[in-house]
Amino acid sequence: MPSRAPGGPGLPRPLRWSVGLVAALVLAAAAAPLAAPYDVFAQLDPEVSALRPPGTALAAVHLASGEWRLAERARRTAGGLELERLGASEVLPASQVSNLTATGVADRRFFLLGSDQYGRDLASRLLYGARISLAVGLLSVLMALTIGVAVGSLAALGGPLLDGLLMRTVEALLAFPYLFLIIALSALLRPGTAATIGILGATSWMTISRLTRAELRGLQQRDFVVAARAMGQPPLAVLWRHLLPNAMTPVLVQSTLLIGNLILFESTLSFLGLGIQPPVPSWGSMIADARQVPLGAWWLAAFPGAALALTVIAWNLLGDQLRDALDPRWRGPELAAAPGALAPEPPTAGAAGAGGGGPLPPAAAAAAAAAAAARLPTP
Amino acid sequence: MTGYLIRRLAAAALLLWLVLTTTFVLLRLVPGDAATAISDLPIPKRQKEILIHAYGLDRPLPEQYVRWLGAVALHGNLGISYAQLRPVRTVVAEALPATLLLAAAALLIEYGVGTALGVAAARRSGSALDKAIRVATLLLYSQPIFWLGLMAILLFSGRLGWLPASHMLSVGADEMGRGAWLADLAKHLVLPAMTLGLAQAGGAARFVRAGLLEVLGRDYIRTARAKGLSERRVVWVHGLRAALVPIIQLLALSVPSLLSGTLMTEVVFAWPGLGRITYDAILARDSPVLLATTGVSAILVVGSNLVADLLHAAADPRVRDA
Repeated sequence: MPSRAPGGPGLPRPLRWSVGLVAALVLAAAAAPLAAPYDVFAQLDPEVSALRPPGTALAAVHLASGEWRLAERARRTAGGLELERLGASEVLPASQVSNLTATGVADRRFFLLGSDQYGRDLASRLLYGARISLAVGLLSVLMALTIGVAVGSLAALGGPLLDGLLMRTVEALLAFPYLFLIIALSALLRPGTAATIGILGATSWMTISRLTRAELRGLQQRDFVVAARAMGQPPLAVLWRHLLPNAMTPVLVQSTLLIGNLILFESTLSFLGLGIQPPVPSWGSMIADARQVPLGAWWLAAFPGAALALTVIAWNLLGDQLRDALDPRWRGPELAAAPGALAPEPPTAGAAGAGGGGPLPPAAAAAAAAAAAARLPTP
Repeated sequence: MTGYLIRRLAAAALLLWLVLTTTFVLLRLVPGDAATAISDLPIPKRQKEILIHAYGLDRPLPEQYVRWLGAVALHGNLGISYAQLRPVRTVVAEALPATLLLAAAALLIEYGVGTALGVAAARRSGSALDKAIRVATLLLYSQPIFWLGLMAILLFSGRLGWLPASHMLSVGADEMGRGAWLADLAKHLVLPAMTLGLAQAGGAARFVRAGLLEVLGRDYIRTARAKGLSERRVVWVHGLRAALVPIIQLLALSVPSLLSGTLMTEVVFAWPGLGRITYDAILARDSPVLLATTGVSAILVVGSNLVADLLHAAADPRVRDA
């Protein structure tokens, strides 16, 4: 049993960690326009601001002409403003500078996490990248959930012929190496944010449809469903009112686990140049940009990658712990130790089928199950 | 068993045909296909027409499909690469050994590390060590491979300068002696294989742990302990042997994810394998190569699924008699 904080609300203690982590990430993404120090697209004086290491502060000189000029140092002198730019020094007449103070200039640009080769602030882009990855992850999981539940319901309730057809299709789709499938698709569509969401959603519903089908088949024999049917409720009403609400817990847990994967795949596509297109900041394309510059600028790849890994870990952790907390079948050392615990199909479908000598899932099914459950990382 | 074998083989062939047909249709139907790519070439209109006609792209889609399938099935002819103007078979044949080498080395690392971590966690299930390994495996399988690869390059090639950052051989490797050539290859293999293997080891460790824990609860293990066998012998010999079938099965079943992993690793390390040519083919809209690489990877996936099925059937009579 997960330990509960004495007197606290109903959340099990480990769950608070992952919920907190995910909430913090969502908050950071939502607050990006407020929290980001600078405009993500702004390239102020790129000659000077390009590839600055983390923690660099540059003086920002606002010229009367409306342009900005950056400098390593700006000092007020008798002649005007003395600037040190890229090792050389130059003097600007005071009349040309509009943000002059008694000692120098009023503005500065601080690159907390460094800047990229175009002089853009990495910290700001990182925050906006959180929005992109979160939006893509959530929208594509929503799409996968919709398709998966619809297909799973059709397979469970539509008769053996439709069931066989749909499940063989699912198997065929799972036989594609996933990354080959999505990059082939994304190369054929015009890449962009909408295409990325569409491709990810359209190719990741298979495990959800399997799980929905297994859950629904288990529920159909239960008394309350039989009773609802006997009272003459139409099949769709039974599905909507009785079957789906009771099948949703494991499906939602599986969806949570899927989000982390989808975020990983979005960044993979963007890294390959087939997902989110520049100049929209995506962590994957930021890491790809980092490959264009000399190896010394470690911060360009290190920070987006760390943000990405942290996000994926947070969602995976949340999924793991939601499963522990919500689904009693996963709880306890005995059950957690059984290999069945690795399969996303809960014991009602998997173990009962195997134990009772019923139709065993072919290995292709088990493949997806094992891989999805162990969530072998593909990109 | 023979009946089961035939059924599974037929199902595998059907699946393979489905995958190839779907890929073919996808590649021809969606805008941005080969004909468009050729029309974009900076050559005179007459030459474009000749090219499009030579590749049969002006024929109706069903005819294209039948011709392609016939050439592949009857003659093993995969067509000509639009981008490289060489037979696709040559292009794929050059790339396949590189991918197999990388995948084999990565698998060795994946299961070496995975088994060690999994056994260590299972032996002291619930302990601090078990929890630490659980966290470590979670960290490992949440890493994007391309990032892990880049960081490895930054550290080991950039900062420390120990290992080459990309490619499979140094320039001028052709003139080396056999020993020097092998050493050069090995040096280039270390970083990509470690990246891919370690990224996948998290999943393997979790699976080994779960499989072993289930076995360790059985009666015969208690008997082995009661006989006075050392704990080491009980776990490594009696326990692991029984957990071996599901582990080998997982190995066969993790081929799709391994293939996806090799693609990313090959792109990051400029490793001249199947994934790399797939990526290049996508950028160049080189659909014959894309069809061939998808086909080869589908064969590997379907084949390994078949192996897993047969292993399962050999171990469990209920499967083959069902």
